[in-house]
Amino acid sequence: MSGVVTQRNAPFLLTGPALLVFLGLVIIPLGMTVLLSFYDWGQYKGIVPEFTLKNWIEVFTDSYFFEIFMRTFRIAFLVTLAAIVIGVPEAYILNRMSPAWRSAFLLVIIGPLLVSVVARTLGWALLLGSTGLVNQGLIALGLIKTPLEFMFTETGVVIALIHVLIPFMILAVWASLQRLDPQIENAALSLGAGRLTIWRRVILPQIVPGILSGSIIVFALAASAFASPAIIGGRRLKVASTLAYDEFLNTLNWPLGAAVATLLLVALVLITVGSNRLIERRYAQVFE
Amino acid sequence: MVGSSPTMTPDLCAETVESPMSHLVLDGLTKRFGGFTAVDAMNLSVERGEFVSLLGPSGCGKTTTLQMIAGFVDVDHGGIRLDGADLVSVAPNKRGLGIVFQSYALFPHMTVAENIAFGLEMRDIAKADRDRQTLAAMELVGLKGFADRYPRRMSGGQQQRVALARALVIKPALLLLDEPLSNLDAKLREEMQGELRQIQRSIGTTTILVTHDQHEAMALSDRIVLMNQGRIEQIGAPHEVYDHPASAFVASFLGKTNVLAAAGDGQGAVTVGDFVLPLPGAGKGPLQLAVRPERLTFALAGEAGLEARITGRVFQGTHWLLAAESAAGTLTLMRGNDGAAVPGEGEMVRLRFSAADAALLPAGAAA
Repeated sequence: MSGVVTQRNAPFLLTGPALLVFLGLVIIPLGMTVLLSFYDWGQYKGIVPEFTLKNWIEVFTDSYFFEIFMRTFRIAFLVTLAAIVIGVPEAYILNRMSPAWRSAFLLVIIGPLLVSVVARTLGWALLLGSTGLVNQGLIALGLIKTPLEFMFTETGVVIALIHVLIPFMILAVWASLQRLDPQIENAALSLGAGRLTIWRRVILPQIVPGILSGSIIVFALAASAFASPAIIGGRRLKVASTLAYDEFLNTLNWPLGAAVATLLLVALVLITVGSNRLIERRYAQVFE
Repeated sequence: MVGSSPTMTPDLCAETVESPMSHLVLDGLTKRFGGFTAVDAMNLSVERGEFVSLLGPSGCGKTTTLQMIAGFVDVDHGGIRLDGADLVSVAPNKRGLGIVFQSYALFPHMTVAENIAFGLEMRDIAKADRDRQTLAAMELVGLKGFADRYPRRMSGGQQQRVALARALVIKPALLLLDEPLSNLDAKLREEMQGELRQIQRSIGTTTILVTHDQHEAMALSDRIVLMNQGRIEQIGAPHEVYDHPASAFVASFLGKTNVLAAAGDGQGAVTVGDFVLPLPGAGKGPLQLAVRPERLTFALAGEAGLEARITGRVFQGTHWLLAAESAAGTLTLMRGNDGAAVPGEGEMVRLRFSAADAALLPAGAAA
């Protein structure tokens, strides 16, 4: 090696170390997981490195897997929807606060991210249980007679996931709100627009990029969340990530677990890239 | 106030001199932010079709005044009347004023035509009418053919025109301009000044301009309202405030000026250094005179004048700027580049000016 840095090889030399880390920690394990999904497995023979499609055929044909994947994406979709409905107005309010209040509430908003996932989820389990605070409160208020089922239901999982994932939506939308011209609302106001019209016609179209990036983060994290579905959903209510976990660590059927994990990844990429394309085309002007 | 008898009671007239055709009236307008008084009991009447500039340094209250007229900032005390009707109680989106913002505040996700038509849409004007008026507004500001462009793909000057068209298309009772030209480069700014003036003249909309740029204010306005620390220092036509500043602040804020220490003899003459000048109305004792650099001339041989030593000179193309030291203080003077010899550094000169060129500043005013 001559050790000469030229115009041509400089970019490669500079990006080389990061590229190696990326290759070693992301690409190779990912490639091995994909490869693993094509291996054979048997109760007594263990993992056999022979090419077979049986894991993939099983994942695609067994309605058990279909149900779990549907549930995973239903939960992710509901969490994303709720994050938009709650998070967008919250970001807007945050953006209009005075700086002192804003930093206080920013801390409140990112609070869930500062708490360990296990402690936070167990906290939700305490609140949502049949004798938990929420049910006791609702019964005391006379709104319900018998406790609502939150634990081991999709509702419970969705609630817990909204709580922890909404900061990502708020921060993403807030970032795009900060890019708005501070006089733009006054401009619309002076032209005769009411508050609601300003929101719908002027603010909302301009923060679509923020909502989109927030949604992608929230959707991807919700679909691949593990701890919340594991604790609140329990053993009965499986999602893709807990399913993959069980295949790997309980059944020890690594190839099948790998197939589930790969499918989750591919589906997520397709959904996010697809919706990204769709929305970017629709709102082409604000994405420049 | 509408329909009241044309002869007002004297005590009302004393506060606000309000001609019957005043279009916009600010009456004791006051705004405080915490302990800070941004606008302090401001009185102003603007005639229909007039172009008035609020001029002053940053923090003088000019923008706050504009925002109170627009309705973006609440009024603490006093009133705003448009055509005799109270404006303060009207919601900002019902005031029907055209506003051009410093940043233009165009809607980036809408085309030029959509931006301009927005105000018409809010007024529920039928599509055909809307399109016609939008087109007319684009022609007025010289943007024909730009209908489908997005603001982001336009230059600063073009964006400015869109903002102007958007404000004018709703046929506003008042046009409010908030430092509209400050984001343009010098050449374009001059061009737009001319055009803005011409457009305003042609449509005759009463216009209030907020600016910190004295050249802009002087080039555009019928009258300038000079503001400082929330108060009006002086109101007048550009040449009036320039030539006859009412205070040391006005004299020093508008253009360059020399404030000379002088002494009055109480009999209509003042002494500046060793130069004696008849100045009717001058009191007795120490006083201050404001003289513009371009009004200081060199004394001819045998004429009386203020002794001064040239301490510096700078060539500026059309003229020379000279600095001089005299018994009455440091002076700046201006000599047109007319081919005549200009004294060099260190030379002694005698300077003079006529009584008409000197403005007597109120006693106690700080230089």
